[in-house]
Amino acid sequence: MPKLSYLKALHRALRDEMDRDESVFVLGEDMNFALTNTTSGFLDRFGADRVLEMPLSEQGFTNFATGAALAGRRPVVEFQIPFLLLLVFEQITNQANKFLLMSGGQRSVPVTYLMPAGGHRPGWGAQHSDQPYSLFAHMGVKTVLPATPTDAYGLLTTAIRDDDPVVVIGPLACLGVREDVDHADLVPVPLGKGRIHRAGTDVTLVATGHLVHEAIAVADDLAGDISVEVFDPRTVYPFDWDLLAESVGRTGRLVVADDTNRFSGLGAEVLATAAEELPLRVPPKRVSRPDGAVVGAAPELDAVLQPTREQIADAVRSVLKESGWGA
Amino acid sequence: MSVLDEVPATEADSAVPDSAALYRTIRFIRRFEERAVELVKAGEIRSGIHPCIGQEAVAAGAVATLDADDVVLSSHRGHGHLLAKGCDPARLMAELAGRATGIDRGRGGSFHPSDFSANVFNATGTVGHGAAIAAGIGWAAATAGSPRVVLSFFGDGAVSQGALLEGFNLAALWRLPVVYVCENNGYATTLPAGAAIAGTVVGRGEAFGIPSSSVDGQDAETVYAAVREAVVRARSGGGPSLLEMRTYRYHGHHTFELKTRLRYREQSEVDSWLGRDPLLIQAARVAEDERARVDAEVEARLDEVVRFAVASPYPDPATATDHLHADGLRPRPGSAR
Repeated sequence: MPKLSYLKALHRALRDEMDRDESVFVLGEDMNFALTNTTSGFLDRFGADRVLEMPLSEQGFTNFATGAALAGRRPVVEFQIPFLLLLVFEQITNQANKFLLMSGGQRSVPVTYLMPAGGHRPGWGAQHSDQPYSLFAHMGVKTVLPATPTDAYGLLTTAIRDDDPVVVIGPLACLGVREDVDHADLVPVPLGKGRIHRAGTDVTLVATGHLVHEAIAVADDLAGDISVEVFDPRTVYPFDWDLLAESVGRTGRLVVADDTNRFSGLGAEVLATAAEELPLRVPPKRVSRPDGAVVGAAPELDAVLQPTREQIADAVRSVLKESGWGA
Repeated sequence: MSVLDEVPATEADSAVPDSAALYRTIRFIRRFEERAVELVKAGEIRSGIHPCIGQEAVAAGAVATLDADDVVLSSHRGHGHLLAKGCDPARLMAELAGRATGIDRGRGGSFHPSDFSANVFNATGTVGHGAAIAAGIGWAAATAGSPRVVLSFFGDGAVSQGALLEGFNLAALWRLPVVYVCENNGYATTLPAGAAIAGTVVGRGEAFGIPSSSVDGQDAETVYAAVREAVVRARSGGGPSLLEMRTYRYHGHHTFELKTRLRYREQSEVDSWLGRDPLLIQAARVAEDERARVDAEVEARLDEVVRFAVASPYPDPATATDHLHADGLRPRPGSAR
């Protein structure tokens, strides 16, 4: 079977949707040279009316996309650097995502915000390595974080077809991931549906983004000693609580590997929900970035603050050592 | 039924404004706002409102130049814009009063109403941020070969927002069919425009090569002429315009000033602007018997409007999370199940 890379999957999903639906168009910076490679060849294929080169006006062009969406188009806004999602946080969360409700359901805002290289960038330092998915989830914006090429294809496709604003973050560390894919299997993936990458019986290991691959490696490493179920929510908001409940109902143990900051990050939400609602036999654990992580530019100062495979493995082992609440 | 139902459909094609129609619109907005202030005092409009009393000629004159398919983006002081564009006044008043029958089912309120049936797309509460939304709507129209023009209203406070200038840049760069109308009423809440704006309002537009001018916003027919020129330019592919409307609000920024009595304006200044009341300026152009007829009709209609609004049911709290998402997705409740 042919190998499909994650980046190529994003490219293909966007291209297929633009082929399928003329209302879809893409806008962003350095589009004329497809700097992120997501839109390679698009200018020739679709023309400058559907591949819009934007000036460095992120707030302006994010609002522009809202306007185009209110007028019936389906914009895909590409951002090159994750902090730009913070710059346009107001335009996404306070405007695009509120207009449907504020209009009493009259008009939705079908914009896709595509950040094809989110998260940790070794050596790029403090303002280029953010991973803001928990913030959008906090504000109730549909947010997806595909970990594999097929999920990248399927979730970007669904995001573009969805009638609401959707943030799509492709972790930088995933862009090179390749997968054997039969192109017939490239299909839309529903929002809000998690995926069990490895079935297991001892512990549910929730992992997001590139940490899914670390979690799978941990599950493989520990196989024989510990049966680890690797749970990839794929969509951060809405989260697949039903599938989590089913998994934890079987394992009774929970570890979360979350690429966001510890304080109020996705991991905090998963643990809080599990504590309130799920039949945990032992206290859960999470592995995340530190509280409010700001990374230095030198890779030595950066890597030490990122969640690692070893930390995830340690967390898994430690919940297996726990004999129970209060013991 | 709309306040403008009696306005001749050909008006937007006319270089000459219909004086009686403009009078009717101004009178309707004035009395609508006065009735709304009464409903604020009576506790029926619980948010309070930002009355546009004193600024009615801008809404009336500017919107009268538009076709039905043209789009208006409004501001927090936007009731006049909606009424002039043909929004059902009863459902607008119900919206201000937070009723289920409101144009936005009580979800938009006084501050951010929209009415897509009248092509009022929104009134964003983020001052100045409508400018680039207008550019996006204009771009969508232009690329579709539609003659649609977008009229984007904002106040003098907005011209200090970077996002406004980003919108100007995009609209000018791509010659988009947008008319930017700055209602300069002299104050951003309590801050005088002179203490906030380096340079000038029109200078903001000129910097982008946008045809920009400053207009007497108290005279609806002057407003009409200026906006019509800009709309014609936009519709013919000539790109955006910026019009600064020099105007004044006779009331406070918000009805909370009925209680707080902020003293940021001299009474002499208010009095001098009262001498240029847009209602009286337009009234002088309409025969007395015609005015009397219009005034009586407006009162009768507003009696119905207020009756409808206050008699309407409040939204069912069980519907609080309706319309959050297009697919009906509901958030988890805030307390344990």
